[in-house]
Amino acid sequence: MEVFIVSLLNGLVYGMLLFMLASGLTLILSMMGVLNFAHASAYMLGAYFAYTISQYIGFWPALVIAPLLCGLVGAAIEMWGLRRVHRNGHIAELLFTFGLALIIEKVVQMSWGLLPVPYRVPELLDFPLFKIYGTQFPAYRAFMLAISALMFGAIWLGLTRTRVGLVIQAALTHPDMASALGHNVPRIFTLVFAAGTALAGLAGVIGGNYQVTEPAMAFTMGPIVFVVVVFGGLGSLSGCFIASILMGLIQTFAVVFDVSLADLLAKFGFVVTSTTPFAEVLNVTLPRVGALLPFLMLVLILVFRPRGLMGTRDT
Amino acid sequence: MIMLRRHWPWLLAVVILLAFPFLFYDWSKGRHSGFVLTLMSEIGVMAIFALSYNMLMGQAGLLSFGHAVLLGMGAYCAAHVVLLVKAGSFWLPTELVPLAGGLGGLFFGYVFGWLVTKQRATAFAMITMGLGELVSAAALMFMGFFGGEGGIPIDRVMDTSLVGVRYTSPWQVYCLVLVWAFIAAALMRLQMQTPLGSMANATRDNFERAQFVGYDPRMVRLYQFALAGFFAGIAGGLYALIYEIVTFDTVSAGKSANALLAVYIGGAGGFFGPILGTIVVVLLQSGVSLLSNAWLLYVGVLFIVMVMYAPGGLIGLVFMHMPIWRAGRMRELLVPYVKAFPPALLVMLGFVLLVELASFTTIGAAQGKKFSIAGNTIDTLAPMPWVVAFAALVLGGLWLRREARGFRERWDALMEGAKGVKPASDPKIQIAKTQEAMS
Repeated sequence: MEVFIVSLLNGLVYGMLLFMLASGLTLILSMMGVLNFAHASAYMLGAYFAYTISQYIGFWPALVIAPLLCGLVGAAIEMWGLRRVHRNGHIAELLFTFGLALIIEKVVQMSWGLLPVPYRVPELLDFPLFKIYGTQFPAYRAFMLAISALMFGAIWLGLTRTRVGLVIQAALTHPDMASALGHNVPRIFTLVFAAGTALAGLAGVIGGNYQVTEPAMAFTMGPIVFVVVVFGGLGSLSGCFIASILMGLIQTFAVVFDVSLADLLAKFGFVVTSTTPFAEVLNVTLPRVGALLPFLMLVLILVFRPRGLMGTRDT
Repeated sequence: MIMLRRHWPWLLAVVILLAFPFLFYDWSKGRHSGFVLTLMSEIGVMAIFALSYNMLMGQAGLLSFGHAVLLGMGAYCAAHVVLLVKAGSFWLPTELVPLAGGLGGLFFGYVFGWLVTKQRATAFAMITMGLGELVSAAALMFMGFFGGEGGIPIDRVMDTSLVGVRYTSPWQVYCLVLVWAFIAAALMRLQMQTPLGSMANATRDNFERAQFVGYDPRMVRLYQFALAGFFAGIAGGLYALIYEIVTFDTVSAGKSANALLAVYIGGAGGFFGPILGTIVVVLLQSGVSLLSNAWLLYVGVLFIVMVMYAPGGLIGLVFMHMPIWRAGRMRELLVPYVKAFPPALLVMLGFVLLVELASFTTIGAAQGKKFSIAGNTIDTLAPMPWVVAFAALVLGGLWLRREARGFRERWDALMEGAKGVKPASDPKIQIAKTQEAMS
């Protein structure tokens, strides 16, 4: 029970972090059809910006400034890059963001070095909030939960209750009609792209010191965010939310349960020895497979249900 | 004789490729430059790999992010075959080890293809990416087949050669790579002309109509994928023989990205584009990475520039000149080109200087390296070099923009003029035609 509750909380924290990344990507993908490979790079940029800013003026200004900077970067990418490439089709757009991800990783390496930077949790939040069964729960994780829940609420309210949100929703499904009604769809695209990147930047600000801030963080996070987006389904924010939480829980719980398929078979009276066919596959324990599970899920969902959990159309 | 007339570029390529390493031959010691031979072997292997990737991306319009899986599986299969032959389980000549890799690639290409070819377009890209990550994670996890992090080391000296060569020197391996590269390239060239190759093009260009003709696009994709797996597997088998070790690196996302970069930079769809792209990427990777930490940045920038301005790749840029060439007015482009050259060079130098300055202040300093040009050490923390770099970049950029406008006018005028001209029989055009026929 103890392990269960702690893992549940950690899974939620990770899941919400994933959601902050994935929500922006899902909007960009379903609206513009662009599979943005540079999205996780914005996450990395957010973390590095926050690290630099927090060195000079502290963590709290960084919490605001770094995402805004990321948003500006996003707007610039959309206006001067993507729009130009848009004529050459979706594949070209995808490749453009792919190249961009390569460049951003290299630029980050050149600006901040190859090694992880010491981006730390602010002192104000560096204390254990409460104890469950002897395990401490850091206040910073609660803060992360609060920020991401706040963001979720803000996005949801913004999309369903404001005029801009309604126009975005309209442009999401019927871009031509929205454009015919006199809305500036390209500007909405830029807005959504910038907002999505800013959100990824914010995730980087609060996730960079929770995990490690290093140049490889984009390429480790990127594929997982894709999995979440595809799993949740295109054009569905709630699907994305469910998928994020699910992914967070699965990855956290996979580390905790030290079981393998062989253990499962043993319960049914089937003992796996070293001579059994596929003994190696059967003997691999769940924590070791943990990193593999998201991609297994991605392949399975694309093969059997390409529209994802709650998607409205195929990927 | 007809053979010679039609296929002379191939023969020429063979001669050049065989002669080229001798330019770096060390006559005093009487041996080849190992670096050049390894580099050229790698180009050969990666060219096969890029061509097989082109079968998916260029021919069938399938953007794969996990093509290295097929290369890696082929390499692992070949490595296991070598180990079995060494152990005396069965007899196989060294020359046919790449074929074993190819069959492994074909098998896995069919199995994985069955999964991934259910989808196309973006979903295909996603599912191949998932598969790639899945296999590279599995390669670190399962010791039996993949050998974990250490990989599978092999010894290519098997003493089972058909021609009595022991493959102890890089030169012998290079010749083997060359032979296989030509076999694979010729087969892929022929495959383009088969009904399958044409149908792959059809499903790329017009998915619905291809279905109406009565072909199942899924099957076309599957066969194309499996065959691409075969050729990637051959490349994998050669890879195993060159490096004598197969690690999880062969299935990694980085290798897949390499193929993508090579094909796109060179020009997807045609036959020479991927080869050209491979040469550029491998040279950047192996040559520039010795000089600079930032080679990936240069490749990335080159890639982005290609995506934005020349979706046809380098070969596409060459073929854009074809109408003007046919009109025989290439000479008139010479002056604009010469005029655009200095500012372009200035922009490039400024950019490279800037990147290197940045790279040496962080990564270089951490590695204890000093930035020096022609023996003069440059202090990367002083403002002067940065100002020079920025100035070169900005001034060059402005100048280039000016020249580009003039170039554009000239170009448009020439294109307009070239439209009406019918190709005359001219020896130059004959060459152009051969090039076109080969691409």
